[in-house]
Amino acid sequence: MPAERKVCLSGSGLTKVFGFGRRKTVAVDHVDFSFYEGELVSIVGESGSGKTTFAKMLLGLLKPTEGEIYFQGKKRDISTQKKRKEYWKNIQAIFQDPYSSYNIFRKIDTVLLDCIHMRGGRGLPRAKKLEMMEEACSFVNLKFEELTNKYPFELSGGQMQRLMIARVFLLKPKILLADEPTSMIDACSRATILDELMQLRDEIGMTIIFITHDIGLAYYVSDTVYIMERGRFVEHGSADEVILRPKGAYTRRLISDVPKIYEEWDLSTV
Amino acid sequence: MRHTIQQVFRSGKFVVGFFILVAMLLIVIVYPLIVTYPPLQIISQGTFFPPGIYVNVYDSIGSTRYTLNLENAAANRIASKLSNNDRHAMKDWLVAAGIPENEIDINDTEQLLGLWKGNYDPRVNIAGMTNAQRNYYIRLNNSLQGLLSTEAVIIAARNADIGALQEAGVINPSDYVNVNQVPNVRVLPLGTNSFGRDVLTELVKATAVSLQIGFVAGTIATLIGLTLGLLAGYIGGLVDDIIMFFTNLFTVIPTIVLLILISFSIGQEKRGAFTIAVVIGFTSWVWTARAVRAQVISLRNRDHVNLSKLSGHSVAHIILTDILPYIASYVVMALILQISTAILAEAGLSILGLGPKTTEVPTLGLMLNWALIYQAPILGKWWAYLPVILTIVLVTFSMNLMNTGLDQVFNPTLRE
Amino acid sequence: MSNVILEVRELTTKWVTRFKEDIYAVDHVSLKVEEGKSLGIAGESGCGKSTLALSLMGYYFPPLHYVSGEIIIDGQNITGMKPDDIRKSILGTEISYIPQSAMNALNPTQKVISFIEDVVQAHDPYKTKQEIYELARSCFETLGLPASVLQQYPVELSGGMKQRTVIATSVILFPKILIADEPSSALDVTSQKMVIKMLKNLMENGFIKSLIFITHELPLLYNVTDDIMVMYAGQIVEGGSAKQVVFDPLHPYAKGLMGSIIVPEQGQRNVKLTAIPGVPPNLKKPPAGCRFAERCKYVRPDCKVAPVPLYSANGGRAYRCILSEETLRAAYLREAQRDAS
Ligand SMILES: Nc1ncnc2c1ncn2[C@@H]1O[C@H](COP(=O)(O)OP(=O)(O)O)[C@@H](O)[C@H]1O
Ligand SMILES: Nc1ncnc2c1ncn2[C@@H]1O[C@H](COP(=O)(O)OP(=O)(O)O)[C@@H](O)[C@H]1O
Ligand SMILES: [Mg+2]
Ligand SMILES: [Mg+2]
Repeated sequence: MPAERKVCLSGSGLTKVFGFGRRKTVAVDHVDFSFYEGELVSIVGESGSGKTTFAKMLLGLLKPTEGEIYFQGKKRDISTQKKRKEYWKNIQAIFQDPYSSYNIFRKIDTVLLDCIHMRGGRGLPRAKKLEMMEEACSFVNLKFEELTNKYPFELSGGQMQRLMIARVFLLKPKILLADEPTSMIDACSRATILDELMQLRDEIGMTIIFITHDIGLAYYVSDTVYIMERGRFVEHGSADEVILRPKGAYTRRLISDVPKIYEEWDLSTV
Repeated sequence: MRHTIQQVFRSGKFVVGFFILVAMLLIVIVYPLIVTYPPLQIISQGTFFPPGIYVNVYDSIGSTRYTLNLENAAANRIASKLSNNDRHAMKDWLVAAGIPENEIDINDTEQLLGLWKGNYDPRVNIAGMTNAQRNYYIRLNNSLQGLLSTEAVIIAARNADIGALQEAGVINPSDYVNVNQVPNVRVLPLGTNSFGRDVLTELVKATAVSLQIGFVAGTIATLIGLTLGLLAGYIGGLVDDIIMFFTNLFTVIPTIVLLILISFSIGQEKRGAFTIAVVIGFTSWVWTARAVRAQVISLRNRDHVNLSKLSGHSVAHIILTDILPYIASYVVMALILQISTAILAEAGLSILGLGPKTTEVPTLGLMLNWALIYQAPILGKWWAYLPVILTIVLVTFSMNLMNTGLDQVFNPTLRE
Repeated sequence: MSNVILEVRELTTKWVTRFKEDIYAVDHVSLKVEEGKSLGIAGESGCGKSTLALSLMGYYFPPLHYVSGEIIIDGQNITGMKPDDIRKSILGTEISYIPQSAMNALNPTQKVISFIEDVVQAHDPYKTKQEIYELARSCFETLGLPASVLQQYPVELSGGMKQRTVIATSVILFPKILIADEPSSALDVTSQKMVIKMLKNLMENGFIKSLIFITHELPLLYNVTDDIMVMYAGQIVEGGSAKQVVFDPLHPYAKGLMGSIIVPEQGQRNVKLTAIPGVPPNLKKPPAGCRFAERCKYVRPDCKVAPVPLYSANGGRAYRCILSEETLRAAYLREAQRDAS
């Protein structure tokens, strides 16, 4: 890890409140954070702890109730469609459910073409665009020839998520938010997707914010881990530090919840 | 897309509904090509002529005459003149005169007449018979006398020169003309109505007009509802509040009241069929707007919309490609329902006398209205209203069938 | 020799698609579950796990069709029984089944207790509501669920609670065997652990005699079941005790599955995972020879010639590969050494 790390995305007092009165939910509660360039950060918490809400705020898809987000040291401004578009060139996402992430009426080619166009490739010759799409697909071990004229839903869940990675490969953003990208697909494809995500990080040197409920996955992929409990970050640090020497009870519980095979899995703690 | 259409046509309900509708459309298009009478022409002097084939009597005199010796021609002739009541009365008399009841069969005209001829005597006094009854029997007997005659009828024409009647021809009871050789025959399968118009021709025209009203009104309502629903649902915030304010306003006031008020204020003279269609369209978009809005709200937070935003697409692009296709099937279904409710709304308005102006075109509602005003149901003139009601039922039924069929295809929870 | 609760011999079933194509999603599967034992079935999605679970009950309705084989539940051969008889006398009492995503199929307008009433009264119409309530309450409390859940609607429950409610309901008639199809896959790790704990409790508390647990998460199977079977493209490719299958897999596919396990244990960070390349074969036209050949690192020309039988190996295990135990183990060892260096 380089000695001097540049902060890529940070925030202070970020809060999101849904509803009011008796139905008020504080989904994200005054969180402060700094994510560094080129880092793979995991955000771990049980379901309902506010991870997706947090991610949507970072993406600019949800308006924070309070607090600020700083992108590359400057206060983020996404007040107009033009500014938003500019911001989204820098930050992209992979969502949890591949089956609902794609527009079922649009073919795979259009999904990938959108990405080329977003990076200003609208005027490129068709052959060049095809070449770029092919490169992106081969990066995630998908055969582009087999995908043209197909719809995303004709692929398996794992392949759909890999197509998402191909999309990010074309967009080359500075930050990628992966919101539980493997929780809806089976364990066999999981390793492939995680490996491809890490390759992608090495390839284009971006920051990945990896959201998961499975601290095992976080341990496997990440440099830094943030633990989220009911909308707050209760612990953070390097992966080894947080997972091998957890301080909080919540972190310990998250660790104990993951099935073990080399050690005894203690079932009495629930 | 093609797959969806295949699916749709595999649904029995849809196919039946579609078939009925297409059949009606075909009839509405083809009928006027074959039968070219103006639909609103008044042809009958007098109202409510019953359905049937009308043969010109004058022409039939001049037509070639054929002699057919048909066995029960005479009996048929009598049978058609001798009402059931008369037969019962005859039987009563005969029984009272001492004929055993079981020997009399009132359905056997020949036997009955034979008995009558052999036994009736106006001088016989039957106990308990009133004077009026006696007179009735005398009249009945006299009319039967004429019936039983087998003599020919002489037709006379006035000689223009001398002004006297001259024999023009003799018509025997066994004379026939061939209908095909009579120059003036008019088939009125559904008779004529209160204005003396051919009901079938008018009905076909009315169906065409009503369907047009339905399509225009349904399309207007769906377009308004769709646009407002999309904007309110997707943009939300102030836009949503304003649109929902108007939608709620329209919801609280029942559509029919609104329709009545608007129709009334336009005035009879200015109400054409198109105006009525527009008025119906502008008052019935409310629930389409509400339903579309609800659908859009549940769609706008879906991940594929989020992904589209992240791809830098504009609001218009997102609405058109990420929202609209998802609710397209729903909108088609709403359109079909809107069309059928518009047809019903027109009928309702017209029955109240607030439909289109009566002099230009007929509509299904107007036909019903006329039938009601001229008391066709009370007079038992079923042909003036029953076919109209059947047509309305068939149109709305076919549309609703199509709708249920579509629902089964598009709604995964109803799929078998 | 203990009592065999469920025995399946060479069971084959097929799906018939709308276009009249046959999909043999369960292809000559044999298995045996003894009293007090549990069996885990692993495999990637689409390999036929759910179809096997459905087929095990002998309850077929289109598009699923029975082809051949026998099913024996606690000594009673149910092959060829009428679906109606099976529903009345087998389901719920002999064998209970929790379908995949059952928890999302709960009727949202029905309280949990009235759902349970329906289940119980389908078998015993004379039970009163009071009796059913008492039964449900004691069952829920034994399994560590609050009785208040009974008076709630499914939407008021969290995912984990809903899944545990479904499990508790499925054992309320004390079936001999429970088949749970991916009961934990849609849950977060915390709820998943509760579900796992409950499944383990079922047998200890005498609700069921045996368990079949289906999931694609090997670490879960390892912690829950005594035996594990690995399915691939409708066939069983490996079977044995949990320890054998997890720590000493024979079939290259099972080995591959092991290579994708991720656990938060010391030394597991950034270990090299062995992802299996490629996709499973299309079951409409399965390959003639070994079905895994296309994706297998150790493939040989004769793999693709003829169907591979299930070989038995030492320690009561079975695997479906033409290579011998020793060859496979040696190959895996070489691989491990290469990775280490
Ligand atoms: N659109 C919303 N409206 C109201 N409450 C919401 C909304 N989205 C999320 N929440 C609530 O916020 C909390 C955090 O949710 P979420 O961010 O989805 O958690 P996670 O992703 O960690 O599972 C939950 O209690 C959830 O019910
Ligand atoms: N209703 C169905 N009609 C036709 N084919 C089906 C149906 N359900 C499953 N299949 C096929 O059976 C195979 C096995 O599916 P399934 O048993 O659901 O696998 P798993 O549970 O392991 O994910 C798949 O190839 C799938 O295409
Ligand atoms: Mg989430
Ligand atoms: Mg399954």
